[in-house]
Amino acid sequence: MPDPTPERPTAEHSTIIRDGIAVGVATGAYGVSFGALGVAAGLDVVQTCAMSLLLFTGASQFAFVGVLASGGAPLSGTLTALLLGSRNTLYGLRLAPLLSWRGWRRVGAAHLVIDESTAMSVTRDDTSAARVGFLSTGISVFLLWNVATLVGAVAGTALGDPRTYGLDAAVGGAFLALLWPRLTGTLNRAVAILAVAVALGLVPFTTPGVPVLAAAAAAVVVGVAAARRGVRRRVGVDGEEHADDQEAGR
Amino acid sequence: MTWVAILVAGVGCYLLKLAGLSVPARVLERPLVERVADLLPVALLSALIAVQVVGSGHDLVLDARLLGLAAAVVALVLRAPFLVVVLVAALAAALARLL
Repeated sequence: MPDPTPERPTAEHSTIIRDGIAVGVATGAYGVSFGALGVAAGLDVVQTCAMSLLLFTGASQFAFVGVLASGGAPLSGTLTALLLGSRNTLYGLRLAPLLSWRGWRRVGAAHLVIDESTAMSVTRDDTSAARVGFLSTGISVFLLWNVATLVGAVAGTALGDPRTYGLDAAVGGAFLALLWPRLTGTLNRAVAILAVAVALGLVPFTTPGVPVLAAAAAAVVVGVAAARRGVRRRVGVDGEEHADDQEAGR
Repeated sequence: MTWVAILVAGVGCYLLKLAGLSVPARVLERPLVERVADLLPVALLSALIAVQVVGSGHDLVLDARLLGLAAAVVALVLRAPFLVVVLVAALAAALARLL
């Protein structure tokens, strides 16, 4: 940019705001599916809406209702949601020096730290542009996500038996769509396969909710151990064999 | 109990976000933490998919949900947006149950 002043032209900020709103509309749209899945999992409309207002982090919310839908205890849903929500901590670490907010502004901004607001602000090269990207995306996603959740929850209640509309299958589809962009690299794929194998192996023997947590813990431990050893060996389709190899080698 | 679970999850998710903005970067910005943060969502989501699609109480059941998931894979390979993937999964399962 030829403009040497730290304050960017208003036109550029307008573009950032427009992009932020576009991301908000796209993300808000799947709030409808969260609302519908929430009531399908047995929450009432108020509880479903409270989740979008209070948790305000999509993957955690889908995970919570997913655990409930599979018959898990609400508190295993909480634990799963918190584990998934931990990635927002790392986003915050990236954002803190860039946004450089203090005091109550930081306390308020924290609620808006999500995938989308992070993606739309970490790429900016000055604080004012980063703040515009963060706020325009965060606020528009927050508003549309919550309105959409209400719409989806009310519509879901009116629909009746969720199985008739395949809503139980929609949960799996939603998780897969969230997982898909993360299935890059051999290690991530091996961890995914291992988590599936352990979870399914535990389903017959444990309380619902436990297989997901135990499988995730096991897969992460093995994955971290593999990464530490710098294992570059290609991993076949048999995730179990991979796990045994790693554990034997520790 | 459900309300307690929702409130604890809400407060916890908020504090996780606030911690990132507040804690000095050097405390958490270590290779191990980054690796766990990268792998945890992959492991959790994979396990959730498995339990959600073939779990039924204490049994593993292959039914219309698996067809829904297969349809979702096709949609993702075709680079469909999130909402389309979810709708395709639901539609495939609903159609399978009708037939």
